[in-house]
Amino acid sequence: MAMTTQAKLDAPKVRADFPVFEHPIHGKPLAYLDSASSSQKPRAVLDAMREFYETSYANVHRGVYDLAERATAGFEGAREKVRALINAPSAREVIFTRNVTEGLNLVAYSWGLDNLGPGDLVVITELEHHANFVPWQQIAKRTGATFRAIPIDDKGELVLDSLDEIAAAGQVKVVAANWVSNTLGTINPVDKLTAWAHEQGAIMVVDAAQAVPHRRVDVQALDCDFLGFTSHKICGPGGAGALWGRRELLEQMPPFEMGGEMIRSVKLEETTWNELPYKFEAGTPAIAEAYGLGIAIDYVTGVGLEAIEEHERELAAYAMERLSELPFVTIYGPPADRRAGIVSFNVGEVHPHDVAQVLDWEGIAVRAGHHCTQPLMTRLGIAATTRASFYLYSLPEEIDRLVEGVQKAHKALG
Amino acid sequence: MSEFDQLYREVILDHYKNPRGHGIIEGADAEAEGQNPLCGDEVSIYVSFDADGETIDEVKFSGRGCAISQAATSMLVEMVKGRSATEVATLPKEELLEEIGIPLTPVRLKCAMLGLTTLKLALHKAKGTPPPEGLSDLDLS
Repeated sequence: MAMTTQAKLDAPKVRADFPVFEHPIHGKPLAYLDSASSSQKPRAVLDAMREFYETSYANVHRGVYDLAERATAGFEGAREKVRALINAPSAREVIFTRNVTEGLNLVAYSWGLDNLGPGDLVVITELEHHANFVPWQQIAKRTGATFRAIPIDDKGELVLDSLDEIAAAGQVKVVAANWVSNTLGTINPVDKLTAWAHEQGAIMVVDAAQAVPHRRVDVQALDCDFLGFTSHKICGPGGAGALWGRRELLEQMPPFEMGGEMIRSVKLEETTWNELPYKFEAGTPAIAEAYGLGIAIDYVTGVGLEAIEEHERELAAYAMERLSELPFVTIYGPPADRRAGIVSFNVGEVHPHDVAQVLDWEGIAVRAGHHCTQPLMTRLGIAATTRASFYLYSLPEEIDRLVEGVQKAHKALG
Repeated sequence: MSEFDQLYREVILDHYKNPRGHGIIEGADAEAEGQNPLCGDEVSIYVSFDADGETIDEVKFSGRGCAISQAATSMLVEMVKGRSATEVATLPKEELLEEIGIPLTPVRLKCAMLGLTTLKLALHKAKGTPPPEGLSDLDLS
């Protein structure tokens, strides 16, 4: 792939594409610092979905009429856009899901139940979101496999020196890790983990929920076996996501859900499965949402993933610099040059719920809680954090307001 | 009055900063643990009864939580001392909400109810009565 030098991201210009910022919150301009949870939607996506519903909507595939053909073309066109976004070898390997959670459950159940047993190791990390933790923990239990977590150090980065010791505990069959930690912003060395997994004869499953919307992802260069992401975090609508899987593996796996669309023939005695990807797409999918995801991909790639990554790196560095000026603030996770646009912190002894509440009155939206990473919270010895996360429309001024709000919360409740 | 002063009114801040009944009771007559899965907050409640085995003599609580959950639990401790376990086990939540006296969003309502729900659980456990339907509604995030 040719490297192109992209212009620096013009965040105020990008921001004008997002109608949500036209509406004040508590009488103040919205500072939306919760994009790791879900992103806002540009007008291009909202308009395109409305137009799709008005002119091209019907159920996909089997329809013989014009409208159904147009709907199918829109839906399958989005699949091709997903393929191109992550440089998958074939659109047949791209399965539309509801979200990352469903994609990861698909792999855990469909691949895991057939391939795991006593003596096998399922390896995840201490940084995992519950969506890439609980399914593997439960499938390991059901199959008798051993469940092990790669530990992190005090900076929230994986301790790769522990891999040999983990491998000595059994036969590593699957390594499942997020590319970017949704709580700490840690960028995990998924390339090294993939190489290690393959050395062990294991498959590599990547939760790319916090990666695909924010950086260039190439599944062939990474050489992983499965990778999932979701539409709503990449400026697309909710209810759609995508799982990429290596064709040889997908072909061997049984369907995850069964019903319409995923069959070739059904008889009383037996059923045969449809070809990829439809084998894994039982029932009517989220058609307009998949289409909207395609438009969101056009939008985000139009702004430029390298420019987005750089923009967020600068914002994270600025947020850490400004927050660390406050002596009562504790910031968790790695230094700014080794993290994505996510900053988790605590304000003295003030509970994150109270911090988020005070910030809300200032029009600042942040997330407070365990961020669906309770094992990580336990490892850090805390119950919850306040988390600010950034995207292509985020501005340094929002961080200034965050810092002011944090001071206010500390003054009142600390 | 600002939004801040409405929610974090003086009495709430007082209970938050100087919680009544913070601690544990060794060998308590009733105890239970509660969690708020929304934020990972946890509270443990301990109750001792008078010699009649029915009147609440003392309530203590430990754990971590936001200002609203800590203050609400502290206010609850004051509210239920000297009352009968049977009555408190079915205490309408409105009584505590009235005492708290501030408007709560659905999320903050869960914070405020953590202590009461856990106290009711402790009392039902001690009395051997089945907790009523919906007592575990904290789990319904």
